[in-house]
Amino acid sequence: MDTLLSLLHGFTVALAPSKMLFCLIGVFLGTAVGVLPGIGPALTVALLLPVTFKLDPAGSLIMFAGIYYGGMYGGSTTAILLNAPGESASLATALEGSKMAKAGRGGPALATSAIGSFVAGLIATIGLAFLAPWLVEVAVHFGPWDYFALMIVAFVTVSATFGDSPLRGLTSLFLGITLGLVGIDKLTGQARLTFGVPELLNGVEVTTLAVGLFAVGEAFYVASKRFRDPEEIIPIKGSLWMTKQDWKRSWAPWLRGTAFGFPIGALPAGGAEVPTFLSYSTEKRLCKYPEEFGKGAIEGVAGPEAANNASAAGTLVPLLTLGLPTSATAAIMLAGFQQYGLNPGPLLFAEKPDLVWGLIASLFIANVMLVILNLPLIGLWVRLLAIPQPWLYAGILVFSTMGTLAVNGSPVELAMLFAFGFLGYLMRRYDYPVAPMVVGLILGPMAEQQLRRALQISLGDPMILLENPGSATLLGIAFVALVAPFVMSGLNRFKASED
Amino acid sequence: MLTSILKRTAVTAVALAAFSTAAFAQLNELKIMAPAAPGGGWDGTARSMQQALTTAGIVKSVQVTNVTGAGGTIGLAQLIGAKGQGDQLMVNGFVMVGAILLNKSPVNLTQVTPIARLTAEAEVIVVPADSPLKTAKDLADRLKADPAKVTWAGGSAGGTDHILAALFAQAVGADAKKINYIPFSGGGEALAAMLGGRVTAGVSGYGEFEGQIKAGKLRVLAVSSSKRLENAPDAPTLKEQGIDLELLNWRSVVAPPGLSADQTKALIDTVEKMVKSKEWQEILKARGWDDSFLAGAAFDTFLKAEIERVSKVMTEVGLVK
Repeated sequence: MDTLLSLLHGFTVALAPSKMLFCLIGVFLGTAVGVLPGIGPALTVALLLPVTFKLDPAGSLIMFAGIYYGGMYGGSTTAILLNAPGESASLATALEGSKMAKAGRGGPALATSAIGSFVAGLIATIGLAFLAPWLVEVAVHFGPWDYFALMIVAFVTVSATFGDSPLRGLTSLFLGITLGLVGIDKLTGQARLTFGVPELLNGVEVTTLAVGLFAVGEAFYVASKRFRDPEEIIPIKGSLWMTKQDWKRSWAPWLRGTAFGFPIGALPAGGAEVPTFLSYSTEKRLCKYPEEFGKGAIEGVAGPEAANNASAAGTLVPLLTLGLPTSATAAIMLAGFQQYGLNPGPLLFAEKPDLVWGLIASLFIANVMLVILNLPLIGLWVRLLAIPQPWLYAGILVFSTMGTLAVNGSPVELAMLFAFGFLGYLMRRYDYPVAPMVVGLILGPMAEQQLRRALQISLGDPMILLENPGSATLLGIAFVALVAPFVMSGLNRFKASED
Repeated sequence: MLTSILKRTAVTAVALAAFSTAAFAQLNELKIMAPAAPGGGWDGTARSMQQALTTAGIVKSVQVTNVTGAGGTIGLAQLIGAKGQGDQLMVNGFVMVGAILLNKSPVNLTQVTPIARLTAEAEVIVVPADSPLKTAKDLADRLKADPAKVTWAGGSAGGTDHILAALFAQAVGADAKKINYIPFSGGGEALAAMLGGRVTAGVSGYGEFEGQIKAGKLRVLAVSSSKRLENAPDAPTLKEQGIDLELLNWRSVVAPPGLSADQTKALIDTVEKMVKSKEWQEILKARGWDDSFLAGAAFDTFLKAEIERVSKVMTEVGLVK
């Protein structure tokens, strides 16, 4: 009840015209930078920080939050239309989204992602308002052993992206895990597989690999068979808007995606990637039309996109309640709080209720603004696909190159982008799935570090993984998820698909 | 309200700008490189400098660039490449000293022109509230008994937290090579391990654990500064507890090599003016940074001493072979 009153009070703060204006500027900027290559919400907030020093704290924090939410909406646009996921959280969206776009269903894909983001944002913000203090108690007790078990659950789900051949899928996955070894080992500080190239010390950037394999690789592949076997891109087929069937197939994935995204996003080392993978594979398993997966199933866009946005709201839980930033944008928002002499943490809710509840209320408003801003844009975006193929793919190459250079302006990074692009071409040519490789790069290092940390804490005793109820449960889930399909359909299907 | 603030800011800025051009010939342009991604401490320092320098009218136009990678050594290499250019600064700090050694970087901090140390933050050693350890001496006794059984949680390998843990072991006469230090990517993750009661002690900058300390979930065993902290007067220093160790996580600015004496002086003057400005002092207060300004030759000497201390302990711990 108290919470509800505080929230209502927050709305009186956030609905003031000046605050609404800040919110509008924020979501507009956020959407723009989400779509543009190379600049993300983190850099935008960093650039604005000095400018807002003299402004009113509540207003500028509301604007930052708007940018953060807006960036999450914008990120899916390029993933769907150009198959160029600008951030690792949009990776799962690109899998089905880009297929839908090519089949003339870009409109519904963008719509389900915008509305899914809205629904997820709304529910997750309610979660933030009502569950934050409770959730954070659980989250801070999530230790390395629990994270490791969560990564194992995520690994099991990777098989959903394998396509027809588990052998080829695993090959791709292990390539990704190997790439994940490159760089400074976080636990000992020693360099691995860097071959004396200083640029490699930071490891392989996930977005460089994803954009290289997905967008650049595809551009090469399309170019290679342009005269022999041209692929048709259908700009618009059927309705631009979601059909009744699309709605029916989207609402449950939205809710399930939110249920994955919000709690995992609230974990200090949870991130946005793991919930999107979990959502993708869950949707594939539950979908009534599993044969559509890999060819453009709307569930595969609706679920991960909701998970992605819900995790963004989840990130604000540790930020507001503990003062712990768990993403780059959250880190800069923390700096934003500090520049006004505010210290997020257990006491902030009590000391500055106006500001905190005003901020939370403004997140609701930002969400409404974003969906209103984004839906009309869909008609404009899908026209991109009507561009003749050579122009479109040349544009994608320019866009990918620019984005990579903007993030990390080094020739080594660019060389990597095109090397990955060429690899992506070869993998397409010989029918290897590319997604598992990116998943391997994301999950591999996380799982490795958490396992080694857990063992370091237990002084080398692996039983730590089974002694803790959290990790034991998660490992049990992973085991069941791994074994269940075999038990249910027998080994026949597995054998039949092994070529 | 808002417009009046804006107006006032604009008027002050114009007035200051007019004053500065009239009173002294100064740098018109300055590039400040943060050798890290937006959002971290170095980036925050660079952008705060930009803000102070421009609003106080000391430099007309300040540009901040981010060069990421390899603990800042990629940015360092770039700065060294900009030989003789007197309009550039790079933010760096204690962490870079370790990163250079760890990465076996071909470039190092003796190749640049030291300008000034700006800020410093004390480190704290904390334990979970229900830990039996009450003082730094209790922790020292545990370490002496078996260093491998004392688990430390803190930031990245070879960073300030790690080096403090190693120096602490050394200072109390335990084998620093055997310390069981677990690096986490950020305070949040380390906190989970600590609140779960799984690690013996945690090391971090005071700010990162402040909320949990004030909420009574973590207890400070010691602070690493020479004096007690203003906002945590109850926490004793290491020296008070008979452990001869002092360590500050400092941040500084350096310039490209090959500058003339005039160029160096102009940069030091600019930074000094900034440090003395009201704008900078306000930022320090808001961000909770301690002023530890030290310029020119004195900073050069300090830097060399820190490099020596860090390389010695890193070799002993086995981080550098």
